[in-house]
Amino acid sequence: MKGSASGMRALKGGSSRYSIFALARNALSYHENWQKAWRSPEPKPEYDVIIVGGGGHGLATAYYLASIHGIRNIAVIEKGWIGGGNTGRNTTIIRSNYLWDESAGIYEHALKLWEGLTQELNFNVMFSQRGVLTLAHSEHELKEMRRRVEAIRLNGIDSEVMTPAQIKKLVPIIDTSPTLRYPVMGGFIQKRGGTARHDAVAWGYARAADDLGVDIIQNCEVTGILREGGKVTGIETSRGTIKAKKVGCVTAGHSGVVAEMAGLHLPIDSRPLQALVSEPIKPCLDTVIMSNAVHMYISQSDKGELVFGAGVDSYNSYSQRGSVPTVEGLLAAGVELYPIISRLRVLRTWGGIVDTCPDASPIISKTSVDGLYFNCGWGTGGFKATPGSGHVFADLIARDEPNKIAAPFSLKRFETGYLIDEHGAAGVAH
Amino acid sequence: MLQITCPWCGPRDDNEFHYGGEAHISRPLDAGKLSDAEWAEYLFLKQNPKGPFTERWSHSAGCRRWFNVVRNTATDEIIETYPMGELPKSPEGIKAYEENWRRDSAAEQNAKAGASGK
Repeated sequence: MKGSASGMRALKGGSSRYSIFALARNALSYHENWQKAWRSPEPKPEYDVIIVGGGGHGLATAYYLASIHGIRNIAVIEKGWIGGGNTGRNTTIIRSNYLWDESAGIYEHALKLWEGLTQELNFNVMFSQRGVLTLAHSEHELKEMRRRVEAIRLNGIDSEVMTPAQIKKLVPIIDTSPTLRYPVMGGFIQKRGGTARHDAVAWGYARAADDLGVDIIQNCEVTGILREGGKVTGIETSRGTIKAKKVGCVTAGHSGVVAEMAGLHLPIDSRPLQALVSEPIKPCLDTVIMSNAVHMYISQSDKGELVFGAGVDSYNSYSQRGSVPTVEGLLAAGVELYPIISRLRVLRTWGGIVDTCPDASPIISKTSVDGLYFNCGWGTGGFKATPGSGHVFADLIARDEPNKIAAPFSLKRFETGYLIDEHGAAGVAH
Repeated sequence: MLQITCPWCGPRDDNEFHYGGEAHISRPLDAGKLSDAEWAEYLFLKQNPKGPFTERWSHSAGCRRWFNVVRNTATDEIIETYPMGELPKSPEGIKAYEENWRRDSAAEQNAKAGASGK
């Protein structure tokens, strides 16, 4: 199908938009004439900006570089297929209920972009603001939670404390009896939080970026970062050398490996983070529930599967599988809190490798190599930040200096000691 | 699940152990001589290789002693375990130890200088 022949509104670059009319028209031709969502071009010898890593954050960066900063000569280089890394492995939770102002700044920036993302990209990212509830299992945790709620509200972000009775009403499957080993003492909820379809985020950004001329190059592994006189000049890949004035690395899980290619060291440990889903069942849970003390989080997917997650494994690994004790601990806590899940079968489990930082906050930074930028260290919670991360990283690459939101997350903080310690609000063990 | 051979107790499952991160890091002796950047390097910068890695484990639910392990982080294969204060003996372990950038770091040099100055 060629563009907007039927008078339909087009995307910025000219591709046809998805709409009920497009759906009806394509239905009449047996869905055989949908155009490809993005091209598969050969890499050009040179680009203005290369983004290494075709996950959500990398594709969002490319999209905002093109749409806001007007840079069109961009390539996104992906080792496998786009969205095939951590974008497709996470538990899709979105929230911005962080303690410190710096974190509130970036996660709330992201949440506001999430709220308009489906419209902006003309791609249904299935953002569902079903609420994110965090449980407290001790007096101390409840007190800490009250403090956090006030801090969050001071930053203009919604958050409210809930009693066990209110929690039981919202989540009928939860056991709130006081006889539990770790009873539910209360909790707090961010109602604007929720989930999104993770693949759709990658595909939506890819389609919109491609439409603005961004070359998305898949099955192309970066093997080296070329430098000359302390300045980046391009990259070495499995499909040859590609020159570039600026290179932004967004390779969650492998940031340490990529940094090594440029002779840099990062404050990052790469660890497996596991998740699992049950067989699909009828709807029984319409919110996301996290529980730090007993360490499990749970939500129900639109397909009916219960989605579970726990903390990272204790040791560094790139193996993309985790240890059994972590899963065992997660399920033990799950069965106690939600007795109905005891007879469910686990459909599949998997692990992704996450970059964990000493302060459980991300790195969005220039490096000592001119023109080389890193966006990494999101640890266990990168998915929720996808639009905000891409937005501020694009700004950093385009202007060569961080904006107010990105500035606190520079590598400099490890020298100045101005750490953004979010181990508590990160919600899972690092 | 990893099976880790404690040098004193023999092979056990990994849930008996506690992880201690990278091994063979020297604490700077003369702290006043280090710049903020050099302190940050000692405290925060990580050796995070995809391949053989020298690391520390404690047999916390057993003899409670610390020891070193060479493990391939790409495959989780444990190449060797050896007591604290000793150096790796396997070819992979020796290579990982010698190629470690921390061997040339300011903290390491400072630690050596302080030790010989006594």
